[in-house]
Amino acid sequence: MAEMNLRKMSRNQTGIIKAVKIGGELGRRIREMGLVPGTEITIQGRAPLYDPVALRVMGGTLTLRNHEADHIIVEVADNK
Amino acid sequence: MSHSKITMALAGNPNAGKTTLFNKLTGARQHVGNYPGITVSHKEGYFKHQDHKIIITDLPGTYSLTAYSVEEIVSRDFLTNEKPDVVINIVDASNLERNLYLTTQFLEMGVPLIIALNMMDVARDRGIEIRFKKLSELLGIPVVPIIARSGKGKEELISEAIKIANKNLPLISKDISYGEDLDEVLMELIDTIAEASFLTPNYTPRFTAIKYLEHDDQMLTKGAESNPELARHLEQTVGVVSDHLLKTMDVYPEAIIADHRYGFIKSIVRQGVMTHKFDTDRLYTSDRIDKVLTNRLMGPVVMLAILFGLYQFTFSWSELPVLWMEGFFSWLGATVEFYLPDGMLKSMVISGVIDGVGGVLGFVPLIMFMFFGIAVLEDSGYLARVAFMMDRIFRTFGLHGSSVMPFIVSGGIAGGCAVPGVMATRTLRSPKERMATLLTVPFMNCGAKVPVLVLLIGTFFNEHKALYMFLFTMHAWLVALFAAKFLRMTVLKGEATPFVMELPPYRFPTFQGLLIHTWERTWQYIKKAGTVILGISILLWALMTFPGLPDSQSEYYETLRNQTLSSFTPHVQQELEKRISKSNQLSADAEMLRNKLNLIDQQQSAATLKNSVAGKIGSFFEPVSSFAGFDWRTNIAMLGGFAAKEVIISTLGTVYSMGDLSSENAGSLGQRLFNDPNWNRVVAVSAMVFIMFYAPCFVTLVCIAKEASWKWAFFSMAFNTVFAFLAAVAIFQIGSLFG
Repeated sequence: MAEMNLRKMSRNQTGIIKAVKIGGELGRRIREMGLVPGTEITIQGRAPLYDPVALRVMGGTLTLRNHEADHIIVEVADNK
Repeated sequence: MSHSKITMALAGNPNAGKTTLFNKLTGARQHVGNYPGITVSHKEGYFKHQDHKIIITDLPGTYSLTAYSVEEIVSRDFLTNEKPDVVINIVDASNLERNLYLTTQFLEMGVPLIIALNMMDVARDRGIEIRFKKLSELLGIPVVPIIARSGKGKEELISEAIKIANKNLPLISKDISYGEDLDEVLMELIDTIAEASFLTPNYTPRFTAIKYLEHDDQMLTKGAESNPELARHLEQTVGVVSDHLLKTMDVYPEAIIADHRYGFIKSIVRQGVMTHKFDTDRLYTSDRIDKVLTNRLMGPVVMLAILFGLYQFTFSWSELPVLWMEGFFSWLGATVEFYLPDGMLKSMVISGVIDGVGGVLGFVPLIMFMFFGIAVLEDSGYLARVAFMMDRIFRTFGLHGSSVMPFIVSGGIAGGCAVPGVMATRTLRSPKERMATLLTVPFMNCGAKVPVLVLLIGTFFNEHKALYMFLFTMHAWLVALFAAKFLRMTVLKGEATPFVMELPPYRFPTFQGLLIHTWERTWQYIKKAGTVILGISILLWALMTFPGLPDSQSEYYETLRNQTLSSFTPHVQQELEKRISKSNQLSADAEMLRNKLNLIDQQQSAATLKNSVAGKIGSFFEPVSSFAGFDWRTNIAMLGGFAAKEVIISTLGTVYSMGDLSSENAGSLGQRLFNDPNWNRVVAVSAMVFIMFYAPCFVTLVCIAKEASWKWAFFSMAFNTVFAFLAAVAIFQIGSLFG
């Protein structure tokens, strides 16, 4: 298992959120949408200009900008 | 039998089916208004269930009950101040865990609650099995499965809700554990709060304590107002805990609370409430559609095609009903012409009332088709994809993906209205992005500008109507975006706001929902036409009629008329008098006499108009406006447009119909403009550009003033007008150079 930044994840990659390193409004917004430690996420795709990113979270789809994804650390299976 | 009145509130996440259920319950018996002072719309509906009269309020869709957005504050304040007898929390069964997050906060608040578990059918199709009885048992509140679209389960839901309402329960906060660190502090805070009866009975001590830990601005303010000393003490206690947590664990208390709420939800869901029959990674239909519609290459192409298709739909399908409306108003004009005696009243009714209001109402079918199309995009979930795909571009201009909505509502797809558009900026969190959106949405082609554009395009560029309309819409977008960037670089500098948003699954919109949506917006337009525009139309008629011609000039025209008459034989005069109301064949002499008389009438009307108050204003500006190719008559219309853009077309109609009172050989406004020597293609483009970008209408200005301040409203008026005028001058000068 390895930890990586959500921004760096590739399409269709799955991982489990390890930490959300931000407070304030953005932090609150991220958490209330279900992005809390222990949640499994899958990258669903990216917008035409590669930003924002769409994630699959608990049966729904969320979008966030790359620089917002920077605050989210995800644990993913090792490549190969 | 008692005829008790019960108040209910309907709450839930956006896209959980709240509005669908609301429409199903109340049908057409609903009332839309605004919460006093703010612009989140307040929807109330009425219905009867057995012997109970029920008043139900549709609260704005929210994910949470913090003070993050206006919607959340509105919902929370409504629950506290209005104290509904029961809160119906609509929960999307196919998205259970995320929807229960809001539920946990209702439980913390302690309001009388019932869950309407919606979209059980969708969940089942996705292989999700939910044991709702178990859920009810674990949460300690009733859970009723429903399908809002078909109305299945709503009777039982309301019966259960009434049972709860009749219990008159006090507020009881549910105990949810937030972990050892916080629970201890929480108990301490609760004791202090309870002892001092702090903020009770409106909030339970537990709720207040949680909000203090979450650092909820609104509650902190309320606390400081009610008991400053205690509030300070609480804030200090929380501050110490926060610092400690931040040092030892690198987290904020609010993060711990959110994590534990989800922990609580997961613990419930895992106790056999939810089971997956299929593989959870399976692609749903919605995701498959997204593979194409938000595809990096296909997505934008499809988006442009859909928006262009909306145009074709609106313009070609509404053509016939628009003709009917026009026909109706010309019939009405002709009828009045026939029955009313000549004079001021007739002139006012025809030129002021029928031409003015008819010009506006004539476009109702077009606007209905446009709103219907937008409602389809909105209700199907496609608009959220547009925001997703456009965010990167919007951010470049210092805006937000969510700015798409205000832009589209204002006329991004031509035919909106800047008034709801300005109001829709409420959902934008960052004050700077919001202000930039608010100040630039009036550049879009709203439903009132569309008729003017349609008229001018139809007259001067008839061969490619849809294409030109599309080009002008794109032009509006470009100008609005660059203006936004300009504002964000100068007067509105600042950081970008979060774009955490949900992409709801695609859904077939319900027909009822579409009709209600379309009707609401069309009605707003009609109301505006019927009240404001009627008044303005009459006022403008007065401006254009009075003070009338000086006696010497009236006499001059009268003499001219008599001279012309006497130059023909009495036989010809008689022939014309007899046949005056019929257009069938006259002898050549009579025909000539009639034309001569008409010409004199026209000259007199034009002289009257030029001598009127409006004519004087128009003429006064002519030396300046001629740089953009506008004569004094166009100036009068543009002047009217300051009041409301609808007035432009009705004023043009009046100005150009005043030439002759006998509307027999008048032709449509378009034909009259086409034949006017002062108008040509270059002037038409220059006028369209000016109309698109100059000062927002009065109603929009009032809205901007309410949302921002009068300073910004005046800024908007001056900035836009100067910009529009310079653009129009550039177009006219360059265009005239190339012929």
